[in-house]
Amino acid sequence: MELNIIVLVKQVPDTRNVGGQAMNADGTINRAALPAVFNPEDLNALEQALLLKDKNPGSRVVVLTMGPGRAADILREALYRGADEAILLTDRAFAGADTLATSYALSMAVRRIGCFDIVLCGRQAIDGDTAQVGPQVAQMLGVPQVTCVRNIVSLDNSFAVAERSIENGVEVVKAPLPLLVTVEGTAASCRPRNAYRMLRFHRAATPTELSADGFRYTEQLQADEALCIKEWNLQDIAGDASRCGLSGSPTKVRNVENIVFKVKESKRYTAADGDLKALVAELLDNHTIG
Amino acid sequence: MNYYSENRELRHFLKHPLLKRIVEMKEAGYAQSGEYDYAPVDFDEAMYGYGQVLYLVGELCADVIAPNAVRVECEGPSVADGRVVYAPATTENFDIFGKAGLMGISLPRRFGGLNFPTAIFTMIQELVCRADAAFGNIWGLQDCAATIYNFGSDAQRERYLPMVCAGATMSMDLTEPDAGSDLQSVRLKASYSEEDGCWYLDGVKRFITNGDSDIHLVLARSEEGSVDGRGLSLFICEKSCGKVRTRRIEDKMGIHGSPTCEVVFDHAPAELCGSRKMGLIKYVMSLMNGARLGIATQSVAIAQAAYSEALGYARSRRQFGKAIIELPPVYGMVGTMKARLDAARSLLYETARNVDMSYQFAELARVRTLTPEERAESKLFSKKADALTPLIKGMGSEIANMNAYDAVQVHGGSGYMKDYLCERLYRDARITSIYEGTTQLQVVAAIRYATSGYYGELLGEYLAEPVPASLLSLHARVESMVGRYMVTLEQVQMLGSQEALDFLARRIYEMAAYCIMAALLLRDAAMDEELFASSLFRFVSLAESEIVAHAVYIENFDNKLLNQYK
Repeated sequence: MELNIIVLVKQVPDTRNVGGQAMNADGTINRAALPAVFNPEDLNALEQALLLKDKNPGSRVVVLTMGPGRAADILREALYRGADEAILLTDRAFAGADTLATSYALSMAVRRIGCFDIVLCGRQAIDGDTAQVGPQVAQMLGVPQVTCVRNIVSLDNSFAVAERSIENGVEVVKAPLPLLVTVEGTAASCRPRNAYRMLRFHRAATPTELSADGFRYTEQLQADEALCIKEWNLQDIAGDASRCGLSGSPTKVRNVENIVFKVKESKRYTAADGDLKALVAELLDNHTIG
Repeated sequence: MNYYSENRELRHFLKHPLLKRIVEMKEAGYAQSGEYDYAPVDFDEAMYGYGQVLYLVGELCADVIAPNAVRVECEGPSVADGRVVYAPATTENFDIFGKAGLMGISLPRRFGGLNFPTAIFTMIQELVCRADAAFGNIWGLQDCAATIYNFGSDAQRERYLPMVCAGATMSMDLTEPDAGSDLQSVRLKASYSEEDGCWYLDGVKRFITNGDSDIHLVLARSEEGSVDGRGLSLFICEKSCGKVRTRRIEDKMGIHGSPTCEVVFDHAPAELCGSRKMGLIKYVMSLMNGARLGIATQSVAIAQAAYSEALGYARSRRQFGKAIIELPPVYGMVGTMKARLDAARSLLYETARNVDMSYQFAELARVRTLTPEERAESKLFSKKADALTPLIKGMGSEIANMNAYDAVQVHGGSGYMKDYLCERLYRDARITSIYEGTTQLQVVAAIRYATSGYYGELLGEYLAEPVPASLLSLHARVESMVGRYMVTLEQVQMLGSQEALDFLARRIYEMAAYCIMAALLLRDAAMDEELFASSLFRFVSLAESEIVAHAVYIENFDNKLLNQYK
């Protein structure tokens, strides 16, 4: 069966390799000091999409991201790994969005794409770590959601069966299509970029990139539609400006504090048998283990 | 980590001016960009593409192949029912490389390949072998496809080359129990059946790397009653015929992940590749030249890995209140490893570029008749490639061993334990100076270029290139090394004895190699002084002392002394 698959992806600062310059004095992230990367769990989601496509030849994988112009980099990255089409959702009106406003804009873009069988996204992004966008998009689209999925076991005309990671085990759930699934990091790693696709899709560009000075592959883009990354703004998705960006975001950041663990909160044990026994007893007492 | 982007020395080799010409010829005026959506439109895009793919390989090697190498070695391949079962980690590696599209790198696009030049394939192979020399072997055997491309029929190309691009593995089935270095005595029998209109192979091959491959290139005796190389032909035999089995896998010192097989052909149907009787004298010689460049690449990769391990350990290990890299005997050793590595790499890529140019002319000659000027130029490149290949195979592999030895030494007692990578490198390095022709055989292949004066000519050409004033004193030292080499060569020739020449050939070979590596490193330092000047200084100092040692040995030599060794 030919599936229409949408993958929601996000470009994030690489918080896994944080150096000394990573934070500004006011406690916000210094994005300039951190390389921008493909959110790791979104890569797991992309792999689930590509696996579905492998099993269902003729399926189509569309990747969608919201962000500034440079977020087109991760769309190309998705094309290198096997995605068929890429859409960049970008507009000043989207700036400053919290998870609710982001979910609204993404859900409107998904509606614009039109018919879909499954929307996949990473469980959460490594910058905000909220895990809210996937569930909120599902809610706004009015489709069921299965979160924290580590494997999509099967998918037929009307149902998907997926394994969810839960505390102390795995839950197997069955859900009707269309459906939104969030995928977590223990799912299969994403396949590598493919050399042939890199040589072709490095030319892929948004209309903004295409019109920039020095763009060398205008002719190729005109001849090969797959190289054209779509660029949508607020109007294109028929969005309500008051529900987007800063104005659509009920979350207001008042203040950011650095939390530093105080030395007095720690206790020092030696490697002596007595100390180790005391440690285990204490951990059992306060139910950290057992 | 990324083995490519973090290696400035390797990246330097994308900048050589000859590469532009190679790419122009390989892409034949960028005419394929209309036909294949991944073909470059111009030189800049081709270079951009190579850089992207090298970056990808550098990442996969650091993130997947190198971490898997421990499992590849521990699990190792096994044999069941005549078939080789790779270690699970090897299968993972193949799966990732297959998905990344890295299986037909230098083959033309019409067969599904990436159409990359040899110089770029060599860089990719260096990255792979640095991560895991054993995986580098079985993956690198894709290069055997060049033999089918060069000498096979159209039907054979159309059948086998797309298979290789899709991930089919290959092997070169040459060695037999009684035919190792002396391939003329190959006995595996090829007989033609008029009835079936096809050849059949019967016999046993030994020490076959990746001997349960999908596509075997087999050297066999097609001329009944013949006894020498002129009775041998080359055959293509597919695993899918079911008549080729692996009887056992050797238990080796190193490269455990690469199955070395005893292969039994039991009336296996095979296709003749090229013409009868040309198997050894033409095709295997060409196949071996390609394979020797491959082993030279593997050697440089191991030399790099050994240097990186030694440097990392010497910086972190503290003794006597300081990091051991601050101790003169240690920084002397590590700094010399780097100098040998850089010199070997300069020679490796000089060789690869000349091999490339000779391939490009051969390719052009398929399309149209070469002009007399082109024919002359083509000959020059082929000769250079033929003369440099045994130099880098022999010296590169010896340098891999030296660096691996020193890496263990820098680690001290810890280096003797299985806990550190240098121990595996030490074992893996050892085979490089043996397979695809021992160093001694490389000397045999190279010595004629010394005695004919060709290496001297080449050195003249390299040293005639301009260098910045800051490198003039090193240039002068290299010139005087060359002078000493020429004098010593003449002394050997004056001995007038073939036995003495054979006996001393290794020393002449090493003198020539040290001079050529120094001259090439000088040329690279002239292009990027900041990157190579210090290595050059160290290498020239080392090479001078090696050359003097050989010169003194030869000066004190007398034909009568040969008896002292018998």
